[in-house]
Amino acid sequence: MMPVPVPYFEVLKGLGAEVILTLTAFIALTLDLASVRRADMTVRSRTIGTAAVVGLLASILPLWQQLGGPRTVLLGGTLAVDDLIIFFKLVIVALAVITVLISMDYDIGRHVGEYYAVLLFGAVGMMLLISAEELITIFVALELTSVSLYILTAFHKGELRSQEAAVKYFMFGAISSAFLLFGLSYVFGVTGTTGLRAIQDAVKHTGGLGMSPLLAAGLLFTIIGFGFKVAIVPFHLWAPDAYEGAPTPVTAYIATGSKVASFFILLKVLFIGFAGLQGSAYWGNFASGWTMLLAITAALSMILGNCAAIVQHNVKRLLAYSSIAHAGYIFIGLIAATRMGATSVLFYIIVYALTNLGAFGVVAALSSRAGGDEMQNFDGMAKRAPFLSLLMLIFVLSLAGIPPLGGFFGKFYLFASAVQKDAQHFGLLWLVVLGIVMSAVSLYYYLILLKHFYVIDASDPSPIITPTYLNVALGIVALAVVALGVYPKPILELLNTFSYSVVAGLVR
Amino acid sequence: MQVDWTIYLTFLGVGLILLLPRDSKNLIRWVALLTGVAALLVALKDYFNYNDWVNAQISAHGALQDGFIQIVNVSWIPAINTNYHLAVDGISYPLIVLNGFVCVTGILFSWNIETRVKEFFAFFLTLIAGVYGVFMSMDLFLLFVFYELAIIPKYFVIAIWGSTRKEYGAMKLVLYSFVGSALVFIGILAVYFSAGGQTFDILELAKHPIARDVQVWVFPLIFVGFGVLAGMWPFHTWAPTGHVAAPTAASMLLAGVVMKLGSYGCFRAAMLLFPQGLEHWRWWIAWIAVIGIVYGAGVALVQKDFKFIIGYSSVSHMGFVLLGLATLNLIGMSGAILQMFSHGIVASLLFAVVGRMVYDRTHTRQLDELGGLAKVIPFACVTFVIGGAASMGMPGFSGFVAEYQILVGAFHMHPILALAAGLSIPLTVAYILNANDKVFMEQDQPAGGGGHGHDHQAGSGESHPALPPITPPERVAAIILMALLVIVGVYPSIMLNMIKANVQLFLRGAP
Repeated sequence: MMPVPVPYFEVLKGLGAEVILTLTAFIALTLDLASVRRADMTVRSRTIGTAAVVGLLASILPLWQQLGGPRTVLLGGTLAVDDLIIFFKLVIVALAVITVLISMDYDIGRHVGEYYAVLLFGAVGMMLLISAEELITIFVALELTSVSLYILTAFHKGELRSQEAAVKYFMFGAISSAFLLFGLSYVFGVTGTTGLRAIQDAVKHTGGLGMSPLLAAGLLFTIIGFGFKVAIVPFHLWAPDAYEGAPTPVTAYIATGSKVASFFILLKVLFIGFAGLQGSAYWGNFASGWTMLLAITAALSMILGNCAAIVQHNVKRLLAYSSIAHAGYIFIGLIAATRMGATSVLFYIIVYALTNLGAFGVVAALSSRAGGDEMQNFDGMAKRAPFLSLLMLIFVLSLAGIPPLGGFFGKFYLFASAVQKDAQHFGLLWLVVLGIVMSAVSLYYYLILLKHFYVIDASDPSPIITPTYLNVALGIVALAVVALGVYPKPILELLNTFSYSVVAGLVR
Repeated sequence: MQVDWTIYLTFLGVGLILLLPRDSKNLIRWVALLTGVAALLVALKDYFNYNDWVNAQISAHGALQDGFIQIVNVSWIPAINTNYHLAVDGISYPLIVLNGFVCVTGILFSWNIETRVKEFFAFFLTLIAGVYGVFMSMDLFLLFVFYELAIIPKYFVIAIWGSTRKEYGAMKLVLYSFVGSALVFIGILAVYFSAGGQTFDILELAKHPIARDVQVWVFPLIFVGFGVLAGMWPFHTWAPTGHVAAPTAASMLLAGVVMKLGSYGCFRAAMLLFPQGLEHWRWWIAWIAVIGIVYGAGVALVQKDFKFIIGYSSVSHMGFVLLGLATLNLIGMSGAILQMFSHGIVASLLFAVVGRMVYDRTHTRQLDELGGLAKVIPFACVTFVIGGAASMGMPGFSGFVAEYQILVGAFHMHPILALAAGLSIPLTVAYILNANDKVFMEQDQPAGGGGHGHDHQAGSGESHPALPPITPPERVAAIILMALLVIVGVYPSIMLNMIKANVQLFLRGAP
């Protein structure tokens, strides 16, 4: 075969945002080394953080220009650029900007330049993951994201729990990568291709799971691999420790940016690559396929995540278990395996990411000033920091799914998509009922958390002052959470239009 | 019709209060009061217009053609075909007015709150706005949104400003409500998709035939889901603990309007949409209601805590509402709707006496520790006697009109039902008189209670002249509520006409 000349210019143009972010990462490193190394720690963090924000904002420009353009593929179909992908890259940029802003207010140790650089590399990884449409690229992008996050988790160098969290996260991550790679190799072995859309065709030709036990094994291992990344039960064990041990801005990043990218790529792998292998998760009518696997893990996640969260005393740990439960809710939309399901998943991961980012942002801002992230450190915050407490109220109630906040509508739409799937016989209603019942359970621990903010009096009533830029940034996130609940129409219609490219293969 | 402005005005009030500095407590109180009064005036103005309209319709056509006055109906979220659809009819109108009155009087009775005034009134008005919204929503999804909006503030209001076991009571109440709304949620999804997934509009859904077997299992989900909040036995246990834990204004709201959210939901969502399901389950509902009526009254009789008496009495009186709804005849159902209004006022009044007039002054609610208060705060005694008389169904008060009609309706359904429910009336008389006796009459009990109460010598009514007198806001609020009881009791057609016209529509099968 003749080597095909690589159209470098096309690639650089298609990945303009990633290029800008990579350059910004190097600038952050050199800026730190060259100019502000001797300056005060806050000044250093703010200078380089500002540089990172500028870079992130600059990366919006190429994305904006691509928006609305035709769907293009790069490098023989390994990377794609279409409206849905650009939209989610913009979401990643927004999440990264807020994460940087939270970090600027947080003690991240001496290695300021490295911190922001690695954070930006992580963002590049997430963006590549979102545009990847080929197994090897997916794997590489996933590793780029994960390795960045391992490093960031360990950034509290003096703290044992940060080190422990990083090692644990790394070990689990490495094992999950092995599973994933193993699974993907089987898929490649059976179908003879690594492109998602080519796999879809190949699967339809081979006649699905029944014909090929190897493909079943590949599917199983792939789902296990992704299951680790999105922290679904029973592959969730790393999450509580990593969330608790990591510096809080990093926790926010793991819980939001990496989750968005992982769910997005999982959606694409399942809906495009394994389009013919759904099976069935209808009550009393299970058939092997990925919806059945997902249904079992979703049910376990909702039960275990919510029940375990009840007994937590650490806010970050509590939010970790809550995010395990939320992964279960999101899976319900995947199990529906319809266009409405895809739209609901895409909508929910945006709401979920914003809400969690806001919640962790408030925790980061307050815990560093209140002396810890145990629940009792937040006693009486409604008096000490009324504005951030109000924001926390919004975020936590959104997580609990209380209207009119985004979390409520997102959850409603997820559940509605599952009921709609088999509306005559209510085949998926069992999962929805479980989800709704578990939401009622979740309200208990969310209210306990809010009780510390609002009901219990503080032992030290001195007011807490947080920087204005942080208040404004988190306030905007809260407004977005409210807006997504009160008026979800525009985003929903956008996502519904875009999601066609993902679900086309499901329609037979 | 501008009655939807009740919602917007109340939210505006919340926003305004959030912007005020937290130290200007009086300003915040006045803003809250003005918000409440403005909303009430809007509601009242349209109420009388509607009443005239109904009367004109009836004299012209003999009956209503279409009971609903549409207010607004615009597409909200097209992806799930839900509309922002507000409308009112003769069933929701009395409840909207009730909410307005309870809001205003609740604010007046909360005038003495000193801690975190700003947050209190913000939560309070959010709850009120949610309740207004529920009573106007004609879209199931929208109704659910407002309904949930009314649940969460209750937790904070009770947990922060409450008394006896407040965190327990608050959490129990919210979890019960939330489990109830989870059932409703499942039911709503089921009805939406059974009707083809085209609309959440209640009036549209009511026209859509839903398969009988679906009706039979979805009806109890929605009915019980809302029934939890209506204090339906055996899911009533949140009500006494919640009422006892709550601060005065919150008890008033809880018993006065929030429990009505439940019974209103039972009527509007469950009964309207599932006629066959209702037919299948109505005897169950009726008997469960009767059990609640008698059980609530019986348990109230043996309580030692003044507030628990009123709490259990609410369970009993709400049982009348459910019984009236289950009768499915004109007189019984009209009585049920009127009972919602009447009990809302009675319960608010009684909780105000217990919580604000007595407890805030004596710091005890134990019947054994109270006594002889009639001499010290005679106004409270008069208020309690009037509220109690309305509660036990004395002619001349609204309670009589409502409960009498319910019993007649129940008698038409089955005489035993009426007989069993009627048992509660002597019980009610007994517990009201008993409480009146122990709290306001018997002079040879030490008053003041708590730690310092025992320092006083027993046997002297003069042992508590130190109790502060009844303040003007309390007087105004109590007089408003008492006047309502008498007005509706003496001249019930001011409310009953529109209720009857709409119940008739319902019984004819029209939405």
